[in-house]
Amino acid sequence: MARSNKPIVWGLFAAGGTASAFVAPALIFVLGLAVPFGLFSPSDLAYDRVYSVVSHPLGRFVLFGYITVCLWHAAHRTRTTVHDLGIRNDRATLRVSYSAAGLGTVLAGAFLTLI
Amino acid sequence: MSERNITLDVLRYRPEIDDQPVWQTYSVPCQEDWVVLDALNYVKDNLDRTLSYRWSCHMAVCGSCAMVINDNPILSCKAFLRDLPDHIRVEPLENFPIERDLVVVLDDFMDKLKSVKPFLVPKEPLTQGTYDQSSTQLKKYKPFSMCINCLACYSVCPQCGLNDDFAGPAALALAHRYNADSRDQGRSVREDVVASNTGIWECTFVGACSEVCPKNVDPAAAIQQMKIASTMDYFKDLVIFKSRAKPTQGEDS
Amino acid sequence: MSNRPYVRPMGTTWWVSKAHYIRYMIRELTCLFVGLQALVLLIGLYRLSQGREAFDEFLATLWGPAGQMMSALILLMLVIHSASWFNLTPKAMPLWIGDKKVPGWMITGAHYGGWAVVSAVIVCLVGGRW
Repeated sequence: MARSNKPIVWGLFAAGGTASAFVAPALIFVLGLAVPFGLFSPSDLAYDRVYSVVSHPLGRFVLFGYITVCLWHAAHRTRTTVHDLGIRNDRATLRVSYSAAGLGTVLAGAFLTLI
Repeated sequence: MSERNITLDVLRYRPEIDDQPVWQTYSVPCQEDWVVLDALNYVKDNLDRTLSYRWSCHMAVCGSCAMVINDNPILSCKAFLRDLPDHIRVEPLENFPIERDLVVVLDDFMDKLKSVKPFLVPKEPLTQGTYDQSSTQLKKYKPFSMCINCLACYSVCPQCGLNDDFAGPAALALAHRYNADSRDQGRSVREDVVASNTGIWECTFVGACSEVCPKNVDPAAAIQQMKIASTMDYFKDLVIFKSRAKPTQGEDS
Repeated sequence: MSNRPYVRPMGTTWWVSKAHYIRYMIRELTCLFVGLQALVLLIGLYRLSQGREAFDEFLATLWGPAGQMMSALILLMLVIHSASWFNLTPKAMPLWIGDKKVPGWMITGAHYGGWAVVSAVIVCLVGGRW
């Protein structure tokens, strides 16, 4: 029996799960809910402020890493859950989910380079 | 001691007369302190001699009598009637082919168990003296050594149902028991099975196995720990490209 | 060997039969919301790269009623994800100090603590309050 190559994608899955477990709730809160709920002012997320953070080399690096591991976490877990739910063609599922994650990774890199 | 009348619904299967399993109902006068195994024994002794099931020690150490009782995989010698309603459904373990009545085919599992090389594989066998092990070192793997192969974990694991080739919780927990033993150096020879696509990577950490284990082996924990160890090994090999010298293989039983 | 063994089919609805399985399925489906959260960030980055107006439009949509509902749902599922992840960590990474195993609740508790700290830092950084 051959050693599996799953550690690659499982490592990404675990990294994404851990990173998102710590960061994601607060992140979605400050991005999507804090301003509409009146806790922050819209100027806290003003274009200039966000741009200066994202365009900083550290900002680019951290965001790229974070988005990437989150996408691969979702992709890998989706693949296994779809199998659990009865779609047995694992080959097809993995191609679809990992391609999507791969595309997202490339786009994240592209956008962060353009900014 | 007071009696209690229990209605036992048992899933029968007699290959010579049944096309598929059928339910059969027995009315069993039980003692308060009985377990389901006692009720089954009463049926076999007094009501229906054809009922087939495995059992041995009647004290939860041999692992023979595991079956699904009211949708729960449990040792029938540990399923106390005082914890159960008057109507009890008894079925064979899930995810195994049924041989007859409550007896399931275990050949596959036996092969899987052997495949993880469940014996100490030292780097070099000692020619004299003993392998020393502290109590701290023993604690690291002791829970994983308590498995009695009852297979309740396989019954409740959805991945065992979805993938026939999955090594399964008990076999993998046993692999971890040896990997975590300070006297063992055989992790690399087990990795071919453990780290294959039908080994630990088939597990999605449902965790039901650890919930039903009568011996608190915690196979789910064993598998996740092996996932982390295997992942680190994988990336170490990728980066360092070293070929590991394999220790002596040990004898195949 | 076996005479004529009978294999019971598993089906696709196995997971509705036990509370444990249903909790497992919910836990697994939270991954979609981790992905969705990353997608929101990705779209935000895209709009940021397109300039001030595009980014302002993005925020306006995000903060609209539909966006709020989406964010609230994502937040709920992410909290479930975090809680389930921290609860499982002690099993995957047991900690030994000397010959004593650190109790699982301590490891989980420490993670919850870290989560609170990280969340507070994020909120303060964005909200500009130190």
